Amino acid sequence: MQKVYTNIIQIAGDVITVEAEGVGYNDIAQITLRSGTSLAQVIRINGKRVSLQVFAGSRGISTGDKVRFLGHSMRVATGDNLLGRIFNGSGIPLDRGPELSENLVDIGAPPVNPVKRIIPNKMIRTGIPMVDVFNSLVESQKLPIFSIAGEPYNELLARIAIQAEIDIIILGGMGLKYDDYLFFKNTLEQHGALSRSIFFMHTASDPVVECLLVPDIALAVAEDFALKGKRVLVLLSDMTNFADALKEISITMEQVPSNRGYPGDLYSQLASRYEKAVDFDTAGSITILAATTMPGDDVTHPVPDNTGYITEGQFYLKGGVIEPFGSLSRLKQQVNGKTRADHRTIMDTMIQLFASYREALEKQSMGFQMSAWDNKLLKYGLLFEKNMMSLKVNIPLEKALDLGWQILSDCFVPEETGIKLSIIEQFWPKKQ
Amino acid sequence: MNKRIGHIAEINANMVTVKLDDFVIQNEVAYILHGEQRLKAEVIRVRANCAQMQVFESTTGLKVGEQVEFSNELLSVELGPGLLGQIFDGLQNPLPALAKQCGFFLKRGVYLEALTETEWEFTPLVETGAKVLAGSKLGFVPEKVFKHYIMVPFGLKGVLEVVEISSRLTRKIHERIAVLKDQSGKLHDVFLKQSWPVKVPIQAYAEKLQPSQPLVTKMRLIDSLFPVARGGTYCIPGPFGAGKTVLQQLTSRHAEVDIVIIAACGERAGEVVETLKTFPELIDPRTNKPLIDRTVIICNTSSMPVSARESSVYTAVTLAEYYRQMGLSVLLLADSTSRWAQAMREMSGRLEEIPGEEAFPAYLESRIASFYERAGLVRLHDGTFGSVTIGGAVSPAGGNFEEPVTQATLKVVGAFHGLSRQRSDGRRYPAIDPLISWSKYKGFIDDEKENSAHEALRRSHEIAQMMKVIGEEGTSLKDYIGYLKGEFFDSVYLQQNAFDAVDEATSKERQLYIFDFIHDILFADFKLENKENALHFFQKIGQLFRTWNSSLWNSAEFERIEEEIAILLEEKRIPIEK
Repeated sequence: MQKVYTNIIQIAGDVITVEAEGVGYNDIAQITLRSGTSLAQVIRINGKRVSLQVFAGSRGISTGDKVRFLGHSMRVATGDNLLGRIFNGSGIPLDRGPELSENLVDIGAPPVNPVKRIIPNKMIRTGIPMVDVFNSLVESQKLPIFSIAGEPYNELLARIAIQAEIDIIILGGMGLKYDDYLFFKNTLEQHGALSRSIFFMHTASDPVVECLLVPDIALAVAEDFALKGKRVLVLLSDMTNFADALKEISITMEQVPSNRGYPGDLYSQLASRYEKAVDFDTAGSITILAATTMPGDDVTHPVPDNTGYITEGQFYLKGGVIEPFGSLSRLKQQVNGKTRADHRTIMDTMIQLFASYREALEKQSMGFQMSAWDNKLLKYGLLFEKNMMSLKVNIPLEKALDLGWQILSDCFVPEETGIKLSIIEQFWPKKQ
Repeated sequence: MNKRIGHIAEINANMVTVKLDDFVIQNEVAYILHGEQRLKAEVIRVRANCAQMQVFESTTGLKVGEQVEFSNELLSVELGPGLLGQIFDGLQNPLPALAKQCGFFLKRGVYLEALTETEWEFTPLVETGAKVLAGSKLGFVPEKVFKHYIMVPFGLKGVLEVVEISSRLTRKIHERIAVLKDQSGKLHDVFLKQSWPVKVPIQAYAEKLQPSQPLVTKMRLIDSLFPVARGGTYCIPGPFGAGKTVLQQLTSRHAEVDIVIIAACGERAGEVVETLKTFPELIDPRTNKPLIDRTVIICNTSSMPVSARESSVYTAVTLAEYYRQMGLSVLLLADSTSRWAQAMREMSGRLEEIPGEEAFPAYLESRIASFYERAGLVRLHDGTFGSVTIGGAVSPAGGNFEEPVTQATLKVVGAFHGLSRQRSDGRRYPAIDPLISWSKYKGFIDDEKENSAHEALRRSHEIAQMMKVIGEEGTSLKDYIGYLKGEFFDSVYLQQNAFDAVDEATSKERQLYIFDFIHDILFADFKLENKENALHFFQKIGQLFRTWNSSLWNSAEFERIEEEIAILLEEKRIPIEK
């Protein structure tokens, strides 16, 4: 079965075409180059012409190189041996540890039957008030961080990772800067989280095709752990690089491009990864947090746009803080009714008042007269930004709610907040 | 008949080219024989002796040369008792049964019977010798709260004679209940179930009529300002996060129809699972039975194969037409038709067709049009009426309504409920923007009053825009009050609290009553000395109104609040001089 073929008839981009027979779609092949070996995956078969995308890139491949088909699709080793290890996008170790070849699982397993899911119901506490209070993260949620280049999205991902109460952290790096990779490694190490982490790293200088494999490998491993009852958090940074890699390959394959050159199946491609987020009935869960960088801060760009239609909300990072208005956790109401009786009140009231603060700011900048009410709002807005919105704030949910009441009572009398009397009586801070 | 066998010649993602030396039928179903597995596929283009097929499953591992068995049949669904309460995928595979058999994951190539082998008590309605037409009722079985009529197969032609009919008996789904003779003397067996090709509309009715009766959704903004007609069509476009799904969920619970078909087409599994798990526990206030008993869910989430997504809306509309044939009023909610259009785009790209606007295929508009055209109010052969109403959610790229799917949809629907980011950011739900939405249907609110309410909203919006430029202090008191009236109408009538047990759904009677009440306020003059007074006045009645909205219709509390509001109004109202 493992016949060796040497007739490479075309090399275009990172895609090579070889004449071969009896090859299965999506099968993996091993290419022996003068400089070593690389894996490749079948992406099209036309009669005897088999097109493969070469994970390590096509640079240096000669038409005389040997191609050996392995007779199966991509697999990855999984299990506890992976904890604390670092691999590249093809599953090859980047640390000094041994190669793993046991407990192989297929990547890209079929979708989960929707009736085997449970309604998400467990909150993941992060210590970040903008998340915990206003847009609670929920176990099994899929949530991107929409952000422009330069925003601290990796810092945010890392902080959620080390503070979240979960069993395993899997980091899938796509086109990550080497510095960022080291940042993740050091941060997790300092907080003693490295031993429950697994890294799959594709850095900006690595071949593009390998980038495509990262989410699949990361999620296949995550799924295996989740089926064994573990609660897994998968961090993907950055999914825009993944989409750009898709674009590159599809254009090489002369596919008809859709919006802005991205392939027509961008939505399906993103969805099949994000939909791996799941809370299994009678087993563990996968929660996905992903960075999606938006070229030009444009949320209508095809990548964030398609992502927004797939994911269960988004954290919108702007000016170094989580923006209250673009951000949304669609699943928050599944959990914030059970935290503390004042959670939803604080969440709604503070945001409504913050919206009024933004309006007052606008009025001020237009040079209109400020009323007494406007001045109260301005005071409130500044306190909110400094004490609640800053990503430096790191406090448990209950403390954050108390802080919310403190800020409200520093700026307003109860009637001005529009909060129901029964809740005011219970929670409004008493004057000392 | 001999089986026609072809062989795979080319594989490109989920499109497979099959060579065979026999005839091929467009849209015919074929099965790829891959080891033990039989994978379903549909012919979407024929070129010389090659059939290009979309495979409804992952194509991983398929090889050139593998056998493909052609079925002589178009992609069809099974129609018969036992559909209600079920959860199917886009190909009518029952998902709960699949989970029992295969566990957590959807196993490739496993197709289960859509209808189970339950025994049904059949009661005949005709006698031997009777003359019938396709779609005529032969008898019925009880299904949940309905009489499920067993009808003459929709594909039969001309006048038929009943040669044999079962007497009152329990029957299984595949057991014969009647024999019919057509005009050429050919005999046809009739079973409790029949099958129908999903891409062909069922037309076994006498005539299609103009939809004229309002369909009450119990959403005030929709029913009072942008009504939907029974048998009509409407669309809900909106950017992500604007609340399409919540709106569809509310409609599926409260709309006054007999049956709801929900087509989750390429949507988030996390949201679909909520419908799947909550519907069986929710009680339908009209029947006092679980809501799921009058619902069928077609569930093809975004990670399930793209070609099954393409067929899921057809599966859904075929089921809707089937129940319409029984004289029922059916509502089909498709979420989202953009995902369906994207599935077409994906396949079109694979076929290397010349792309149209934004790479959608050139036939996008005609496909969308023919889908919505399957809605309608019809008069059946026995003089009763049935209807299919279609409400499609649209997810326009970038939230931009100029894009091809929204535009093609707007051309063919009777009402447009456009959601806006601005409204949802302002937590104004439902986030249907009254300034851009429209409806061609007549609602139950008096036309003149409806128009003047629209006018009040437009006027208020204009003043708000003006105030942004010249400030509050530069606006006249009269204009300022005009602005407040519009905002008041918006906040107490158009906005509805989906998390309040009473406010989430408003009956027709209550809407008529409250609308009149508010209409009077909008067109009354008030003694308000300055802007501060005016703001305070409208805030106060606004707050009372919201409490009123969550009090039960005609309860003591309802009457008490009404009186309180009336007193406030009377204090400030200037009587109209005759």
